[in-house]
Amino acid sequence: MSQSSALQPLAGICADVRAGKVTARSRVEAYLAEIARREPEIHAFNELHADAARAQADAVDAAVKAGRDPGPLAGAVLAIKDNIVMREGKTTCSSRMLANYRSPFDATVIGKLAAAGAVFIGKTNLDEFAMGSSTENSAFGVTKNPHDTTRVAGGSSGGSAAAVAAGFCDASLGSDTGGSIRQPAALCGCVGFKPTYGRVSRYGLVAFGSSLDQIGPFARTVEDAALVYDTLVGRDPNDSTTADVAHEPLAARVREPLAKLRVGIPREYKSPANAPAVAAAYERAIAAAKAFGAEIVDVELPLTDIGISTYYVIAPAEASSNLARYDGIRYGHRAKLAPGEDLEMLYSKSRAEGFGPEVQRRILLGTYVLSSGYYDAYYKRALQVRSLIKREFDRAFEKCDVILGPTSPIPAFPIGGMKDPLSMYLCDVYTVNTNIAGIPGISINAGFADEGGKRLPIGLQLQSKAFDEETLLRAAAMFERALA
Amino acid sequence: MSEALTDADIKKIAKLSRLSLPDSQVGPVRTQLSSILGHIAKLQAVPVEGVEPMAHPLRIVNRLDNDEPKAAMPVEDLLRNAPAVEDRYLAVPKVLGDGGGA
Repeated sequence: MSQSSALQPLAGICADVRAGKVTARSRVEAYLAEIARREPEIHAFNELHADAARAQADAVDAAVKAGRDPGPLAGAVLAIKDNIVMREGKTTCSSRMLANYRSPFDATVIGKLAAAGAVFIGKTNLDEFAMGSSTENSAFGVTKNPHDTTRVAGGSSGGSAAAVAAGFCDASLGSDTGGSIRQPAALCGCVGFKPTYGRVSRYGLVAFGSSLDQIGPFARTVEDAALVYDTLVGRDPNDSTTADVAHEPLAARVREPLAKLRVGIPREYKSPANAPAVAAAYERAIAAAKAFGAEIVDVELPLTDIGISTYYVIAPAEASSNLARYDGIRYGHRAKLAPGEDLEMLYSKSRAEGFGPEVQRRILLGTYVLSSGYYDAYYKRALQVRSLIKREFDRAFEKCDVILGPTSPIPAFPIGGMKDPLSMYLCDVYTVNTNIAGIPGISINAGFADEGGKRLPIGLQLQSKAFDEETLLRAAAMFERALA
Repeated sequence: MSEALTDADIKKIAKLSRLSLPDSQVGPVRTQLSSILGHIAKLQAVPVEGVEPMAHPLRIVNRLDNDEPKAAMPVEDLLRNAPAVEDRYLAVPKVLGDGGGA
């Protein structure tokens, strides 16, 4: 895509498509050309839907010609994380278990985006079943960071983040269970937004941690993310956990500054674990907030550190239950049995062959913390701490409108550089509590770290109280402008 | 609670998880899970007396929808992903008799 087109707001591009000034088809072709040029070194996609995207684009253009309005996302070219089901192509979750799975239905978000005129260019790579922070746990290869292809794109939605950062699409969808949208957005230098739990239907999102999972957009700007989000939001009869909370479309208003913004700075976020460039970006953003007239408020989140422990009980517990459905019977990988092996062996061999090491690790961990004798000590206790973490945020949001902090303590790390699972888990320190509390969070680019001649993006995260996406996104747009 | 995981523990968890774990993997898995559980042990230091467990961020209870019949997905579509099908049924190894049982 040309630079000027890339910098134009998506709403304007879609308006041009609706007005017949530019065709959806030409936009798809431009992205396909860029993908052909650079995808071999990035590996953002598990599967390209070139022909389907062309057909969808032609349908949008035909509607425009016929005088019909294709919708607010007319001709918007989107990439979809490969754990969100679509009838088109395969939905693999980057797992051998689902290597050939074809969904008999579309996720609710896919139906909504299609009805709004969006075009789907392909399915993006992820850590297997969304478990990981680097997209290295994919059964189909690592996604590389477009800013430095020797480094990870983050995860688990690494493919969706890299696709936006590399200029392969206008926006993309990811899912966020403990930071899987915000962290890869930070590492790839784009916007990644996890809405409040319950804002967006999870129907058709392959379940990982059902009380934590939420779908959200990646985009070039906060305004573009808001435009996609406006389409995703709403109560869904197919997902009883979608909330009945009014939503006013935000995209048109997201650039309106907030007159009186109180920005909370938790002292726990100024951790010595932050890389120097991350700490510096944080200080610059605080200074920028003061300069645009925000009030800086000290808040306390002393349970920040305990979030990882809480999360790595709750998320594996829910995962061990959710992933019990992969038994080699109704769908997914089925092992070949030796003579004399029984149904029980079919389950355990199929699962051992189909799941990669990290997924197996989390199933084992989740099974352990839910098992008799350990349930109270681990699982119940983690749920009690979850209440305390929620309370801590509630108290902080009495004093401030948004909480500002780093998204990740470090920029993109080298592929293969994080040897042990626990050190990878610790990178989620600033993002897991958002999901534990069910509040919304957004990561925006806040500068770069110079590393070995490359510029590695640094992300900052804003969080707000539940269902206050308006304040969150308007504040994020203010920071985006101030830090540009 | 704080006692170390044994190989027997790992084998039991693997069985409960329906994951066949080769003997060669038991040791490495024990080391990894022990390291993660060591970190998770921090939870024990948080005072939680009298705190309600929070299983879910939203307080939604028993939301009922109208009881309206809808078309079901065609059986053919649902069977398309099955690894083994006989007629319109999922085929599984023999469950009863020799070789059956859990």
